[in-house]
Amino acid sequence: MISTSSKLGSAIHSRTDAGSGAVIGYLPAGFPDLQTSIDAAVTLVNNGVDVIELGLPYSDPVMDGPVIQAATQRALAEGFRVRDVFPAVREITSQVAAPVVVMTYWNPVSQYGAQRFADDLASAGGAGLITPDLVPDEGAEWIAAANAADLDRVFLAAPSSSDARVAQAVEASRGFVYTVSTMGITGTREGVDSAAAALVARLRAAGVDNACVGLGISTAQQVREVLEYADGAIIGSAFVRALAEGGLEQLARVSADLASGSRVS
Amino acid sequence: MPNLRDVVGPYFGDFGGRFVPESLIAALDELDEAYKAAAVDPAFQAELLELHKTYTGRPSIITEVPRFAEHAGGARIILKREDLNHTGSHKINNVLGQALLARRLGKTRLIAETGAGQHGVATATAAALFGMECVVYMGQVDTERQALNVARMRLLGAEVVSVATGSRTLKDAINDALRDWVSSVETTHYVLGTVAGPHPFPTMVRDFHKIIGEEAKVQVRELTGGLPDIVAACIGGGSNAIGIFDAFLDDPSVELRGFEAGGDGIESGRHAASITLGRTGVLQGAKSYLMQDEDGQTVESHSISAGLDYPAVGPEHAWLSKIGRAQYEPVTDADAMEAFRLLTRTEGIIPAIESSHALAGAIRLGRDRGPGTTILVSLSGRGDKDVATASRYFNILDEGAEQL
Repeated sequence: MISTSSKLGSAIHSRTDAGSGAVIGYLPAGFPDLQTSIDAAVTLVNNGVDVIELGLPYSDPVMDGPVIQAATQRALAEGFRVRDVFPAVREITSQVAAPVVVMTYWNPVSQYGAQRFADDLASAGGAGLITPDLVPDEGAEWIAAANAADLDRVFLAAPSSSDARVAQAVEASRGFVYTVSTMGITGTREGVDSAAAALVARLRAAGVDNACVGLGISTAQQVREVLEYADGAIIGSAFVRALAEGGLEQLARVSADLASGSRVS
Repeated sequence: MPNLRDVVGPYFGDFGGRFVPESLIAALDELDEAYKAAAVDPAFQAELLELHKTYTGRPSIITEVPRFAEHAGGARIILKREDLNHTGSHKINNVLGQALLARRLGKTRLIAETGAGQHGVATATAAALFGMECVVYMGQVDTERQALNVARMRLLGAEVVSVATGSRTLKDAINDALRDWVSSVETTHYVLGTVAGPHPFPTMVRDFHKIIGEEAKVQVRELTGGLPDIVAACIGGGSNAIGIFDAFLDDPSVELRGFEAGGDGIESGRHAASITLGRTGVLQGAKSYLMQDEDGQTVESHSISAGLDYPAVGPEHAWLSKIGRAQYEPVTDADAMEAFRLLTRTEGIIPAIESSHALAGAIRLGRDRGPGTTILVSLSGRGDKDVATASRYFNILDEGAEQL
């Protein structure tokens, strides 16, 4: 649904209005430590990333492949606490204008208290949540909390989703719909599945505001291809790997390269 | 009020649901529809029953164990012998049902998680029988302590993947099985081995196991002329327990008692007694009781028994506990091993360490209630797989025995 107060919506629209699309970059909070994860998010934005997706480390991340699992396990081993996500969001949004959306599995939010989480995230300047293991069918509590705190809520649509479920994802989401490019988990792949374009078309037919494609995007060329039909391209494992292997310097190089895929020529 | 037996998911009270990635919803819907159709299809039911008769070895017998019962206050103790099923435990009941369903759905590959290896062996067996490909995920800790079952699965043609993430036990094996399934759902059926996970698994797996209690109810009546006073079972995810409880849910005179893995004791924090802790949360597709910290991060469970070493429990058990229809309490490793030793020495039956938790519970109940009480115990599996663990555990006792 189109909303004037959607931080994600306005950031994505400013790129689609300019004839391109948004680059959304994922990094886990607390990896390799809290301060570096904040600096890393700022680095992404300074190198052309439009939206920060900040992952909340969780013990049982079933949608994540080995690269992100290793990073979030390390963050937890280093003592990351759920409450640490709020100062991280506040710090990032105080340094850069890009919106920060938190990606989290449901149980940590549920234990923190859905409304309390929404309120604290809103106070920190966060844009909303991406909830990979919360389908709209189970999402009543979160939708109510997000509405009360005026936050975006991003649900997923998958190639296997029925038309009715695609429509439900569009109806329940605010900001964008996370368009799962392929039947799988996070991780870099050779090519972006052609299923992604077909799914974006179905989301458009259902009246989606923004459809952003994620899973398997790791090159500027893939970003370009995806933005030909989608409103945003989501990059995760490629950034996490760069940060893990070469720190902020390598992250800066990789993000500048990947973000160039969204440049309007 | 409707009969408790008639309750089906997705929700059991507040518990259950489908907390999974959207990518899996279509497969769960497909499975739910196929299962509902099969449940009322006489041809499917006949095929499953025939398999149980000619392959599983059902009905499994009951055995009264008076020499063991002498150590349990003289109560009358009757074992339901799921240990005598083909592959050595109750797990085959569910696996054959799901394999038949998978075949109906046109799936050619079975994946499964396993803790003790019993469910993995049962799934590998069904895959061999039906000519399907099979991959079993097993925590690295469990592949080490249940090496015999790893070998069995490989002999049966299954690929065993040792899972080295997280706590390297059952819950991590389930995570990896879910990750596999998200990517392979078109050709693959995930044979979930317990009454946990997203709907329809808790309902479907219960239904495939309720034959345990249905048979036992008739058999106990033939033996004693009445219902048992108490039905006891061990609880990890809760599949054998729900299987033996189900037939008695609407018999209010029958007490239902579940025994969780108490590990080193609840106060030690090293256990797997999620119901005893009673903290509601969401893990691996369902809302239920689970072991978690203040942040909702799953806490590692501990048990000498790999099959009970799981930090959550099926949602129907959480509900039965909450409404007071069933009572759950922990049994420590030490008490379970004592029961293991007792049954072995007094009756010549080597139980699985999992089932030994139920036996320890029966000893406790028998001593409390005394003669005149009839306790039906689910002997969910046999202990062949546990010989190495038990030999190590009883090292001191054996030295003592040599002095005699």
